[in-house]
Amino acid sequence: MIAELGLAALWLAAALSALQLLASIAGVRKDQGETGLAALVRPAAMLQAGLCALAFAALLYVFAVTDLSVELVARNSHSEKPLVFKLAGAWGNHEGSMLLWVTVMALAGGLIALIERRLPERTMLATLGAQSFVGLGFYAFLLFSSNPFARLNPAPAQGNGLNPLLQDIGLAFHPPTLYFGYVGLSVAFSFAVGALVTRSVTPEFARVMRPWVLGAWIFLTLGITAGSYWAYYELGWGGWWFWDPVENASLMPWLAATALLHSASVLASRDALRAWTIMLGVVAFSMSMVGTFLVRSGILTSVHAFAVDPTRGSFILALLTIYIGGALVLFALRITTVAEGERFSALSREGALVVNNVLLSAVLGIVLLGTLYPLLTEAFGVRVSVGPPYFNPVGAIFFLPMLAVLAIGPLLRWRGDSLGRVRGPVLAIAATAAAVLLAAWLLWDIALLSLLGMALAAAVALGSVLPLRGRNLARLPLPVWGMVVAHLGVAVALFGMAADSAFQEERLIAAGIGDQIEVGPWQAELVSIAPTAGANWTAMEATMVFSYDGGPTRMGAPQSRQFWSPPQQTSEVALITRWNGQLYVALGDETASEGGQPRWQLRLWWKPFVTFIWYGGVLIAFGGLLALIGRVTGDVRRRVAVRKIEQRRTDEALA
Amino acid sequence: MSSAIKPKHQRLVLAIIALVALIGAALLAAWALRNQASYFYVPTDMLADPPEPDRDVRLGGMVEEGSLATAADGVTVSFIVGDGQARVPVTFSGLVPDLFVEGSGVVAEGRLRGDGTFVADNLLAKHDENYMPRELENMNMAEARATVAETTE
Repeated sequence: MIAELGLAALWLAAALSALQLLASIAGVRKDQGETGLAALVRPAAMLQAGLCALAFAALLYVFAVTDLSVELVARNSHSEKPLVFKLAGAWGNHEGSMLLWVTVMALAGGLIALIERRLPERTMLATLGAQSFVGLGFYAFLLFSSNPFARLNPAPAQGNGLNPLLQDIGLAFHPPTLYFGYVGLSVAFSFAVGALVTRSVTPEFARVMRPWVLGAWIFLTLGITAGSYWAYYELGWGGWWFWDPVENASLMPWLAATALLHSASVLASRDALRAWTIMLGVVAFSMSMVGTFLVRSGILTSVHAFAVDPTRGSFILALLTIYIGGALVLFALRITTVAEGERFSALSREGALVVNNVLLSAVLGIVLLGTLYPLLTEAFGVRVSVGPPYFNPVGAIFFLPMLAVLAIGPLLRWRGDSLGRVRGPVLAIAATAAAVLLAAWLLWDIALLSLLGMALAAAVALGSVLPLRGRNLARLPLPVWGMVVAHLGVAVALFGMAADSAFQEERLIAAGIGDQIEVGPWQAELVSIAPTAGANWTAMEATMVFSYDGGPTRMGAPQSRQFWSPPQQTSEVALITRWNGQLYVALGDETASEGGQPRWQLRLWWKPFVTFIWYGGVLIAFGGLLALIGRVTGDVRRRVAVRKIEQRRTDEALA
Repeated sequence: MSSAIKPKHQRLVLAIIALVALIGAALLAAWALRNQASYFYVPTDMLADPPEPDRDVRLGGMVEEGSLATAADGVTVSFIVGDGQARVPVTFSGLVPDLFVEGSGVVAEGRLRGDGTFVADNLLAKHDENYMPRELENMNMAEARATVAETTE
């Protein structure tokens, strides 16, 4: 019953979406404001949000009670599973995650319809129309090819269970966070289309779009950071980034969103980079859809390629073609009518942001080509895979100069600046980078990329706090704090990456009970190995004690888990965290005994400062949050002020 | 530098700079991909046309029955990957993935040494029907060939 209710809500929402599209087309055509059909657009968007939320709640309910007559539940859930994983399982599969996508998109559309009144109504109608047009494609996808509420008759006695790799608290947060990011970019896309259709690419448009881009970007940042940490501890491979197609799928929208965020702020404060900002708005959401296509079609080998169906891939590919192709055609037709914005000199804040934008786009292109290359060659019958030997050096060629510009850019003034004014701080930054580079090169024998990474981390760290110099910190606007914190986060993450790849130490060993193992500054001892069990798994658990450089001992218990529904083995690593890094221990199988004593395979890594990667990611997102709060409170304050002035005027007129 | 650019053409200049950078990136990527992509081999191809010794490649095939052995250090395994026609010896140090057993499919990432042994850095095994290295999808045919080869021996 509940499942049918959910399905009905979904159909109704789709119908409303069609109505919203038609009404907004009618509204945009008619030049005189909100009349007739156009008045339906905003209520339709809001009602749609409610219906989608209802459908998603229905899905959560059937998963919570494990209603096995629903096919999706039978395929992906199991009655003997902790409740949190039952709920998280609702979006840990194709249909559920697409419903989550549509729900988030409808909620975003409803929210714009409810609160956004700064732009001309025609632009808003076009924006909401674009939003419903995108939405319709995904409704069709859900209803025709991936219905989450399909029934199974007869119902099976028990479900298949959830892939054990996904039975982790990370799953509860990782996909929704990324989806909030992806879908937030759909809002930016709709705003860009709306502005193009009504020929109103203005600073006001950038100001309205910016909080959405910021919000999406914060979620993407958190989603990527969480996903990286999750892959790190759950897969047991000791790495934090594998250049896996699905990781790239989340990185590409992030790169585009980062560029968009910066170009939107140029448009908002200086009325320059109009066409470029629109283009990035289109590209950012295109990358979200390419990401979804790569993940959902299973067209590429990936650790994420669970339960994939190539026919669905072609559906998303068709959607991709319609939306991206359509938006690009619109862009080509309309862009000549967008007048050139304000000019600026090469040495200015705008100039630095242009360099940042171009380099970010170049990195995006490199990641995109590397991700799609295996598809391309396969069309010619050659199978290849592309990994770190390509992505690391080629990406760095563009990413490292971008970081150098990032260290200096915030010091520059808008419109134009002189070399003389910024010479001091720029020299300080360059000297810091050179000193770190030289010291690291003399002290340690490490790879070039790590050396450059450390030098640039120092430069970016210094460059990110220098704009605070000579300013009243108590009066500093929140968005400036946001910029400082986010840029500092980049430096912190970069330092973590460079230090981890330069100084990581690894030990692979077959150890018996009582054996001592040394890895880097750590001493480890295998104390015992015993079987243990959880709700839906059994495991071998090693008890180990660790001591850093002869210091106090700490306990750790890596496990090798065996799930039985579905049957699969996973590795639960032991992580011993210190301020300066993490010890990472994975337990393998029992192996050939030595002198009659049983031995187990152990793999240990000492990863100096690896945690800084994720601290940095969180800092970046926190900086974004500060900026978002600053922007939104600024808007609210302005609106309240405007309303007060109007109130006073009407009062005076009455008096 | 800015004075050299006529303000009238600023938009054009910006567009050209962006285009040049992006095309440069694309050319660089294309060049690097040709050199850095790791190719997929089945044992027959690997013996017929061996890759250069230091080049990262992938080797896919079936783990031959009775060939899996663990070295005295307890963490190095050696086995033979075959496709029914050719056989390549492989060594691997590390924790082997689940479902990596004799008679199952595997993709090994690594390099072919001069002596004809493939040294793997990583093994991808068929996890379950939902996650399978894409290279193994067509392995059923090779599997069939291997079975035929075994029964006719």
